[in-house]
Amino acid sequence: MSPAILLLLAVGLGLAGWIAARSRAWAFRRDKDVGRLAALPVYHGWYVALWVIVPLAAFISLWLVASPYLVEQSVLMSPAASDLPAAGFQRDTLLREALAVASGTSPGVFNEAAKPLIEPFREALSRYNLIGILSTLIIGFLCGTWAFLRLKPDFTARTRVEKTVMAALLLASLVAILTTLGIVASLVFETFRFFGMVSPIDFLFGTQWGPDPMGNPQNPDPTRFGAVPLFWGTIFIGAIIAMIVAIPLGLMSAIYLTQYAAPRVRSWLKPALEILAGVPTVVYGYFAALTVAPFIRDLAAMIGISGASSESALAAGLVMGVMIIPFVSSMADDSIAAVPQAMRDGSLAMGATESETIKRVLIPAALPGIVAGIMLAISRAIGETMIVVMAASTAANLSANPLDRMTTVTVQIVKMLTGEGSFDHPATLSAFALGFVLFLVTLGLNFIALRVVKRFREAYD
Amino acid sequence: MVTKIHPNLEATNAKMNAQGVSVYYGDKKAIDDVSIEVPSKYVTSFIGPSGCGKSTFLRVLNRMNDTIPTARVEGDITLDGEDIYGSNMDVVQLRARVGMVFQKPNPFPKSIYDNIAYGPKIHGFAEGKEELDEVVERSLVRAGLWNEVKDRLTDSGTALSGGQQQRLCIARAIAVDPEVILMDEPCSALDPIATAKIEELIADLNDNYAIVIVTHSMQQAARVSQRTAFFHLGHIVEYGRTSDIFTNPLEQQTQDYITGRYG
Ligand SMILES: Nc1ncnc2c1ncn2[C@@H]1O[C@H](COP(=O)(O)OP(=O)(O)O)[C@@H](O)[C@H]1O
Ligand SMILES: [Mg+2]
Repeated sequence: MSPAILLLLAVGLGLAGWIAARSRAWAFRRDKDVGRLAALPVYHGWYVALWVIVPLAAFISLWLVASPYLVEQSVLMSPAASDLPAAGFQRDTLLREALAVASGTSPGVFNEAAKPLIEPFREALSRYNLIGILSTLIIGFLCGTWAFLRLKPDFTARTRVEKTVMAALLLASLVAILTTLGIVASLVFETFRFFGMVSPIDFLFGTQWGPDPMGNPQNPDPTRFGAVPLFWGTIFIGAIIAMIVAIPLGLMSAIYLTQYAAPRVRSWLKPALEILAGVPTVVYGYFAALTVAPFIRDLAAMIGISGASSESALAAGLVMGVMIIPFVSSMADDSIAAVPQAMRDGSLAMGATESETIKRVLIPAALPGIVAGIMLAISRAIGETMIVVMAASTAANLSANPLDRMTTVTVQIVKMLTGEGSFDHPATLSAFALGFVLFLVTLGLNFIALRVVKRFREAYD
Repeated sequence: MVTKIHPNLEATNAKMNAQGVSVYYGDKKAIDDVSIEVPSKYVTSFIGPSGCGKSTFLRVLNRMNDTIPTARVEGDITLDGEDIYGSNMDVVQLRARVGMVFQKPNPFPKSIYDNIAYGPKIHGFAEGKEELDEVVERSLVRAGLWNEVKDRLTDSGTALSGGQQQRLCIARAIAVDPEVILMDEPCSALDPIATAKIEELIADLNDNYAIVIVTHSMQQAARVSQRTAFFHLGHIVEYGRTSDIFTNPLEQQTQDYITGRYG
């Protein structure tokens, strides 16, 4: 069964409806007695076309789900199916093989017992194909005719089309929201499964991380599921080291760009800075692992710190900081630029210098926006994976020494999910619990950031 | 074109003196050869149709035009005989001595107290909390705002009403003890009652400062000022005592403008 054919049919019918309705509306228009039409002819066209396409789209999606089942049922009814094994894995395999041959996706059967089923499948397929096409035609025609008959000179096709457009837009935005909800739901579900095996207390407060994916899944060792080193690594790399780099540099470039840069300089410097945000993080990862990390190691060795490894939290954090400079600077730039010129003039007219004005008036006024930018940047940083994998290792380590290897939540999620453990092993499931924690933290940060920005907007309106 | 100066204008003590001032925005001339004195302890009003350069000329007097990259000034302007565009003049000091109040009230998004304390702090006029408290109170009293805000000095300045905000801006300007106060249509965004309060305030301040006010209201100019300059197309057409300008204009253009027959 080819859905493409049905879809083409639907579009064709819609087009036909569109053309017919539009020419009918034109006919109304040429008719001198009726006066002005309530809507342009093209809206009449769209009205009918939508009445054809929307019901057909609904029917086709239903049909795509239902028809395989109907085909299978009719094959099972056929005499050839009488000596099939009872419902179960074996029967399903035979049916699937026969179907594959009948619909032409497989050259022949592997299992002799499937052979007699091929012919009934062929018949059923072509029968239901025909039924599908006929139903499409009939439904499309009926709906189209019904809509067509409603057309009158004073028919408000325009507002009706508008409503449909609105519904379509609503549907589109719901897709994103529903997807998010689905993701959260599955995350929550798996997280609860994990907490059924390892207690949340051990997970949230334990200080040893080293799940054994090969261990006995029935009896996991809870002392190996302490996520504190991961939380610490995430905060240390993403929220501390990276921010020590990104906040001052981002702020200073925003101040330079908004207050000092000549328009010509600004016009190329700002995009150049924003390009930083578009560099794939794996490229930053290379840079961190191949250039920055060895450099830090050599530097540490040179000033006499022994035992510095070639993978360090510092390297990952520094590069991550550079990566998120654009996040901080563009938010700060926007919010400083949004401070009314009158504030700046007011301060300068008091005899304040440019830098006093920036420090005492512009930054305080823009602070909410700047803080929001920083929070978004942090949530971006703690979700970052690639740089840490490449530059800070996967070894969980609870340490305050930036030269140590460290790992983060996201890195461990990847490690656990791609590890050799089976899918329902606690080590694998721990990835979901980690993801859930990360999700909550990021959500919280974004939520606060949005609230802060909103308050800030209101202040000047 | 030469400025007509009313003949019976008595000599005054000039605080600021502008001679042959022209201002350009890029190639466009906004002020053309303007000469005028700003006398001490007088209120001078600038009137004239929109776009004739009143704001431009006002901003030249405390070098706020420096913040506009395309603006260029020619001619001499002195404050107490000192060239304000000279190399010895510190623009930061100049603006402390020549304060400015803008058309739209622009309090900083800080507390009322911090709005007033801002100037004294950056200029180091007040040492320590007590002195600062005193300056804040004195300025608010002078601006006639003290009784209304004394119990809520920590509230944001932006939470005040428009008229109160404008008086806060005036208080902020006088907190740094200026010698000249420039006001660019300070009442154009205010209702009549708030306007009356500001006018009263200007009359009070008159004893201590040289005040220049740009206004679109003839009545306001007549009420608050003793000197009036009529601007037109970047020139000062006529300058004299306010009463003379309004009762006995020398130029037809001035006559037309003040009687409302013009822009
Ligand atoms: N920043 C500026 N850049 C260019 N031209 C300006 C600028 N400000 C004012 N002008 C021009 O200078 C002239 C005088 O403006 P302005 O001083 O604001 O007049 P007024 O305050 O009397 O209405 C106007 O033609 C105006 O367009
Ligand atoms: Mg103006």
